[in-house]
Amino acid sequence: MLKLLGEYLLLLYDIFKRPDKGPVFRRQLLVEFVGLGVDSIGIVAIISVFTGAIVAIQTAYNIDSPLIPLTMVGFTTRQMMILEFSPTIISLILAGKVGSRIASEIGTMRVTEQIDALRVMGVNPANYLILPKITASMLFNPVLIIFSIVVGIWGGWFACLVTGLVTSADFIAGLRGWFEPFTVGYAMIKTVVFAFIIASVSGFLGYNVDGGSVEVGKASTKAVVVSSILIIFFDLILTQLLLV
Amino acid sequence: MIHVQGINKSFGTHQVLKNVSTIFEKGKTNLIIGQSGSGKTILMKCCIGLVEPDGGDISFDERPFLALAEKRKKDIRKEMGVLFQGGALFDSLTVEQNVMFPLNMFTDMTPEEKLDRVNFCLRRVNLENVNQLFPSEISGGMMKRVAIARAISNNPSYLFCDEPNSGLDPKTAEVIDQLISEITEEYDITTVINTHDMNSVLQIGQKINFLYKGELWWTGDKNTILNTQNEELNDFVFSTELTRRIRK
Repeated sequence: MLKLLGEYLLLLYDIFKRPDKGPVFRRQLLVEFVGLGVDSIGIVAIISVFTGAIVAIQTAYNIDSPLIPLTMVGFTTRQMMILEFSPTIISLILAGKVGSRIASEIGTMRVTEQIDALRVMGVNPANYLILPKITASMLFNPVLIIFSIVVGIWGGWFACLVTGLVTSADFIAGLRGWFEPFTVGYAMIKTVVFAFIIASVSGFLGYNVDGGSVEVGKASTKAVVVSSILIIFFDLILTQLLLV
Repeated sequence: MIHVQGINKSFGTHQVLKNVSTIFEKGKTNLIIGQSGSGKTILMKCCIGLVEPDGGDISFDERPFLALAEKRKKDIRKEMGVLFQGGALFDSLTVEQNVMFPLNMFTDMTPEEKLDRVNFCLRRVNLENVNQLFPSEISGGMMKRVAIARAISNNPSYLFCDEPNSGLDPKTAEVIDQLISEITEEYDITTVINTHDMNSVLQIGQKINFLYKGELWWTGDKNTILNTQNEELNDFVFSTELTRRIRK
């Protein structure tokens, strides 16, 4: 475990060296924005709409007491999406989608000697391959999460409208009430930390593949499992540090 | 010229290379031959810096590679072109982008100059109208030729080829051999080829190093290899029915 941590830190040291060529790094970054970010918009939208709708319906369904106003549905949907569902659940989804992609892509490059080819050419492979992925994830995931929050809240509002459980006016009143701007900051901090975990851990596991296609598959699965566990673990730590 | 001096390498208790010393000469095709497991791939990996030897020294034109700091090693690496066994072309890049890759990384050429150089290198390896194809869309022989084009695109001083003919039919293999040989003479490159293909040995073996169980067993050229009395080398050279018949 300690050896793995040491290897991970050594890889990070290589990753965060100055890129060999600025324009090449910027081009790679754009490629990763599309591959890791833009390509994830669809799944983020679908999951967020349904999550927002489910939260809204469940909240409305569970409000039995006439003392609790129905505006709470909008309030709860907003809080749930900002505090937990968008930053954490979407990051877990991205750990599956993006993490496995990173690990398998880099792992395949390792077993087909493409990483060796880079190294022999005098390129720092860790920096060339992983830094753009980490940077793109840390810059684009907050955009995805804000998008997820907006779409999730819209999903909740739409569900209330369709089911008639809560009026649009009540939902929006709750949505606008008792807003604490720091909650968005908290969500963004979590998102950036989770993005770093997903890209760096998956990159590390892919980079250290030794063997053939079976090992690439194993690394891909391991990347999802390890990233997910670390996300949950750091979720707890960050919540304790930032909210309590 | 590459000077290999007393290279040793072990994995656990198994010694793969035992005090190997040789010289890879400039402007010549230097072959490393030997049976599977004789240590030829490890020797080549030591030369290109992918494996750290336990002892010994490797000098590139009087520059001691192993003793250099990583940054200085990088400068020598930029002078190397390597043809890997499987080509090691970047899957996500087109043929043109693959050949252009070293130029993008290490030169300040304009896009037009880079494209001219890419087209020149592709023509040099007898490939045309493949610029926009991806590695998955071309044949094994074409992949090797693209890999050669990439290896020579940045005017290397040293060219390393690991099993350049593996997986190729004899005709295509001959074309690849001829190409490597021509490029070596044309650009006065120090070329090191790792092979166990006897056709290559007899066609382009200007200097041949025979490794046997991790030791440099014999050194010679394509003219002397068939007449040696070295028993282990003869076992290797005349291991097939075809070569035995030729000998008779």
